[in-house]
Amino acid sequence: MRTAVILGICVIVLATAAMAFAQPVPAEQLQVTEQAAPQQPWSQALEAIFFYVISAAVLLSALGICISRNIVRMAVYLFFTLGGVAALYFLLLANFIAVIQLIVYAGGTLILLIFGVMLTSKSPWARFDVKKKEMIAAGIVCAVFAAVLLAVITTATWPVQSQPEVHAVSVANFGMELLTTYLVPFEAVSVLLLAVMIGAAYLARQE
Amino acid sequence: MTQMSVPWRERGPARHNVFARLIVAIATGIYRIAAPIVRTIPGLLLIAAIVVSCLLAWAFFGLFHTVGDITASSSNTSAVSVLGMPLTVAEIYDYAQSMHWALPRLSAYVLWAAQSELLRDIIALIGILILFNVIPVYAIWWERKVAGRIQSRLGPMRAGRWHGWAQSFADGVKLIIKEDLVPGGADRPLFRIAAYLAFAPSFLAFLALPIGTYWVFRNIDVALLFVLAMLGIEVVGVIVGGWSSNNKWSVYGAMREACQMVSYEIPMTTVLLVPIMAAGTLNLSVIGDLQRGGWHTWYAFHSPFTFVAFVTYFICSLASCKRAPFDLPEAESELVAGFHTEYSGFRWAMFFFAEYCAMFVVSALAVTLFLGAWHSPIPGTWRFGGGTLWEEALNGLLFSGPFWFLLKCVFFLYVQIWLRWTLPRIRIDQVLYACVQVLFPIALITLVGHALWMLLFPAGSLVFTIVNVILSIIGAGFLLVAIGIGLYGFIHRRRLVGYLVVDPLRGA
Repeated sequence: MRTAVILGICVIVLATAAMAFAQPVPAEQLQVTEQAAPQQPWSQALEAIFFYVISAAVLLSALGICISRNIVRMAVYLFFTLGGVAALYFLLLANFIAVIQLIVYAGGTLILLIFGVMLTSKSPWARFDVKKKEMIAAGIVCAVFAAVLLAVITTATWPVQSQPEVHAVSVANFGMELLTTYLVPFEAVSVLLLAVMIGAAYLARQE
Repeated sequence: MTQMSVPWRERGPARHNVFARLIVAIATGIYRIAAPIVRTIPGLLLIAAIVVSCLLAWAFFGLFHTVGDITASSSNTSAVSVLGMPLTVAEIYDYAQSMHWALPRLSAYVLWAAQSELLRDIIALIGILILFNVIPVYAIWWERKVAGRIQSRLGPMRAGRWHGWAQSFADGVKLIIKEDLVPGGADRPLFRIAAYLAFAPSFLAFLALPIGTYWVFRNIDVALLFVLAMLGIEVVGVIVGGWSSNNKWSVYGAMREACQMVSYEIPMTTVLLVPIMAAGTLNLSVIGDLQRGGWHTWYAFHSPFTFVAFVTYFICSLASCKRAPFDLPEAESELVAGFHTEYSGFRWAMFFFAEYCAMFVVSALAVTLFLGAWHSPIPGTWRFGGGTLWEEALNGLLFSGPFWFLLKCVFFLYVQIWLRWTLPRIRIDQVLYACVQVLFPIALITLVGHALWMLLFPAGSLVFTIVNVILSIIGAGFLLVAIGIGLYGFIHRRRLVGYLVVDPLRGA
């Protein structure tokens, strides 16, 4: 029994060593050819349908955030809004920004939001009551913002291409740019996050 | 006879919709057909199922590969037809005749249908859906069997006779026809939608998981981030479900889940940066392909830091899919059932589907990033080149991508189950201590350490190779010891389980 075990260990050791020296770690990559799917007659129609359906869902859930008085329901509406926007990004082949939207907003911020409500609210039917003054102030701000947006949208000239070329920015290029051309803003944001973290730790510290 | 007045609202007898009836009919139908066969030849059937699924996988791969070949060889690739099928039957027939196939007419029709993108997507989605349904059903059965053996009992033994193989089918039927209760004080729409919010992301995660070379539904360049995002979103369903139940236990479970998930995502993501750094890409297909040269090229064995990173990732993944020792969100000894206390029927089952599929997905990530993805431990260059049927069959078994991928994932699924039934649950303060003060520093050390390792000892240098060999041997040793302990337990199972329970049940 013991000799068999020792022999087995020896065989494994020798085989691994032989394999490792004979078969080095592969360096060259699998070439993933990003071939664009051939434009089908129905694919544009399908894209348009998806765009309108998702946009409608985003707008409706955004409206839901404003109308609803229950804070957790508002958070769920917000989840649908964020997810819908991510879906629109996916539709535009902007995979990276879509996934980051899902991770940071839907998976992180939103959970912290609901968590905050759970920790602080006294009853499950926590209402979000708005005073009249606040309503008026918010209405004025929204009206001004909407007017500015509408003015920009209607007056600006939009470069529209009949056959848009797809230039999907690869993550590798994005990371390279972030760590070379835009290194200083990137580091500045990191320092800001560090400051926020230290502040949170200071506030949470027991006296 | 007067009716007693009851404090709750009276409901008529439960009515089931068409969908529920259909699922019940399918489940009982499968059971009626399969039960007599399984009863007579269980072992043979298991082997036959594995062989048939391998053959099917091979056939599909060959089919789509041939379609690609024909499309490449044909001249008119620019032609666009209504259904997205550029080749006509006649062209494929000519190709089949030029290649001297046995059944040119039949294969031409099959290949003609297979060139449609839409059809391929539909087939792939159906395959994922089947996988998505089979995994929880058999993981739950497996969990109950393993739990039974670890606690010196047998687990399910009656349903379907052979080791209770139909137990999950029976449970599924029961859960579907159970009443779908919503507590009176609950936030009704949120309560109903929460189950779907937990269920859908774990299905979506499968869309970006490659189970073989080119075996992926959508090969997106940020596949790893996509899977992580889906695992993160799943928590929203759990939290909303716990909150909307309007129950102290549920809210506590949901709060623990939120707290645990948000904190464990940090070390988990940091540790996943280590293999990404080694591979230089976020595309899971490429990461898997870079580990094709035998088991010593798997990322877990590249340096001591990747080895530690793998163990750290596995611990974090236990926390992220709320498995013991981190199963505080549903701690049954303190919180009844945690966030799903108020759920019943099929909505309750959906939380379990989500949980077991998340377990599979985190195992798949561990396998893809650290343990050679779909590659067999033997280098792929060693395949037989003769071309006879036997050699092809051996090649298929030894180097089949989906087979090895599923085998590795099922092993880690088993390890998760095994840990759940052998480790005690830790307290919430210990959970957070382990995250912030133990796992996160380890994650940072592995990240910096592996970066330095890559600079000092690039792949191919002598130190790299020697350490690589030592680590691969340690890894293989762990696996062999685990299998050996399992075999010892299996051989001595009567001594471990005891005679009283075993004797009246055949086949135990």
